[in-house]
Amino acid sequence: MTSPAVTAAAPAALAPATTSSTKRFALGIFDDEDVLLHAIDNLRGAGVKIYDVFSPYPVHGIDDALGIERSRLPIAAFFYGMCGLAFALWLQIYTLGFDWPMIIGGKPAISLPAFIPVAFELTVFFTCHGMVITFYTISRLYPRFKTPVLDVRSTDDKFVVAIELDENSSQMPKLTQLLRENGASEVNQKEMTKF
Amino acid sequence: MQYVSPVREPLVTSGKTYHDVTQDICYQVEAAPNIRWMGALGVALILLGVFFYSVYRTLWYGIGEWGLNKTIGWAWDITNFVWWVGIGHAGTLISAVLLLFRQKWRSSINRAAEAMTIFAVICAAMFPVLHMGRPWLAFYVFPLQNTLGSLWANFNSPLLWDVFAISTYFTVSLVFWYTGLVPDFATIRDRAKGKIARFSYSILSMGWTGSAKHWSRYETVSLILAGVSTPLVLSVHTIVSMDFATSVVPGWHTTIFPPYFVSGAIFSGFAMVLTLMLITRVVFKLEDYITLEHIALMNKIMMVTGSIVGVAYITEFFIAWYSQVEYEQYCFINRATGPYWWAYACMMSCNVLSPQFVWIRRVRYSIVMTFILSIIVNIGMWFERFVIIVSSLHRDYLPSSWAMFSPTRIDVGIYVGTIGLFFTLFLLFAKFFPVINMAEVKTILKYTVNDGPTYGGSNDGSRSPAGHHASPAPYSTPGVPASAPVNYDKQND
Repeated sequence: MTSPAVTAAAPAALAPATTSSTKRFALGIFDDEDVLLHAIDNLRGAGVKIYDVFSPYPVHGIDDALGIERSRLPIAAFFYGMCGLAFALWLQIYTLGFDWPMIIGGKPAISLPAFIPVAFELTVFFTCHGMVITFYTISRLYPRFKTPVLDVRSTDDKFVVAIELDENSSQMPKLTQLLRENGASEVNQKEMTKF
Repeated sequence: MQYVSPVREPLVTSGKTYHDVTQDICYQVEAAPNIRWMGALGVALILLGVFFYSVYRTLWYGIGEWGLNKTIGWAWDITNFVWWVGIGHAGTLISAVLLLFRQKWRSSINRAAEAMTIFAVICAAMFPVLHMGRPWLAFYVFPLQNTLGSLWANFNSPLLWDVFAISTYFTVSLVFWYTGLVPDFATIRDRAKGKIARFSYSILSMGWTGSAKHWSRYETVSLILAGVSTPLVLSVHTIVSMDFATSVVPGWHTTIFPPYFVSGAIFSGFAMVLTLMLITRVVFKLEDYITLEHIALMNKIMMVTGSIVGVAYITEFFIAWYSQVEYEQYCFINRATGPYWWAYACMMSCNVLSPQFVWIRRVRYSIVMTFILSIIVNIGMWFERFVIIVSSLHRDYLPSSWAMFSPTRIDVGIYVGTIGLFFTLFLLFAKFFPVINMAEVKTILKYTVNDGPTYGGSNDGSRSPAGHHASPAPYSTPGVPASAPVNYDKQND
């Protein structure tokens, strides 16, 4: 049930938003996540290239259905953490061990057990902030005045499947039928200038 | 495959649909502030005024404004610091630990609990900074290059560990909280009517559209943040306890402190979450989201951690006797029977006895009793910190330096003032930010079993198939029999 019905689906379903020219979309509006997942399988099986899917909450299983690759953020997070650890150890060993060694509480200048707490905290600090900054950067999320939203209900209670149309929108009737057959409660067409 | 027991109570009651969730939560943000909110904010602002006045006195005339003396150099300030940091811990626990443990009931309360964490840590941070006497030199705690030669921070000191722990904890909690808020800001943005609202929520939502790829990454980020926040939250209070435990003061020099402080923190934190949630659910009419089941579950956590704290108190006594160190033994006997016996008695009755009432089911599910208990626990936990700090310090090794502590008006003012600061921030948050994580509550809507919307196929275990709200209209999918259960994620899990 989980694997797409037809494996010959179009690869790289999610095209990155590159151009700023006008784009035309067919929007299939769904009311339920299970119907949506099924529809995505069928659409991709029928060779339709899905531009993006917008949902009010993370739908589990949509990554497999859309062919979204597993994020490599965890790997990035690990390396940020290692950087934090290295920085913390360098900082403590350099400052207390070499730059100005002092005898504090009878401990040796480089007293590694005492350095563990700060090393741990800085590891966590670098991991979190590095990862979150990377997340916002690669997702192109930043404070802006206006956000292009294809259908405002997608942040409320609807699941929107966006399919990019070609110049003369000749596939529209076929797509409408396909979306309808797969349980879309509405099919719209929309133009977006800024994307 | 996810299986939801039909015995479980629903997480969200009244059979809400996705739109109902948006409507209910956004209503608070969009509607004009109600009179109770205004009244509460007024009181909080008065207390905030007290805070500013007390801080002004402290900074202008110096730490002499406080009741500290040469024996008790740390009293209300560190008591309040530890108390506030502890309160903050429940928020991270709900948002991180319960996420890792896949406790779906956290979804309704995690937003407000995380906000509580952030505001509590802000309040906590006030105390060590003010205790410096010259807060404008606070940057000395950071290892910065300076003009005084090779003067570096002392990384052997638990007080410096605290600086790193608290600042990491604060910033990580803030980022975790904000990232969770972004999708909900987008919901408010897309509904906003006014120009200012649309503008400000547009900025706040960072251009969130709810794209599948973004959600996928968002979930990864949340999970990793939870994964690193879990040891972080334990480390923070462990380090706070090391402020005491690494010293040689009888009553402080104990290896039990880290776990004991952490459980105490969770204990007081859950008490504060309960206090806030009980008020919030009534004021904002969120009874369907923060149900009696939530309250009972939080009560249980409070009881468990309260019992751990109780065991720790007894263990401390046992170890004092077992160690055969006369100073330790004197310290603990003095705690229970000396001049601060009343504080000790208050701590014992509030923290050890009162949570035991939670064993009674009727107490656990009673709003009034829970509210009273949560207040009692918060008072008890404040006394715990007071007892540990003041009763250990006031009897020194040298009887000539024995002393008592009595707070001044400024001491009281700063403490009460931080409560004002906390509630001012919390009330502003509750008005302008979505108090409940809408996106997350929507994900659990299908698991409400009882009278919730839909439950996929036939193997759902729903108790009342009637009353489905958002169940998909019957349709025929080519190639798929209509009766086939279409619940992908449940099988993936």
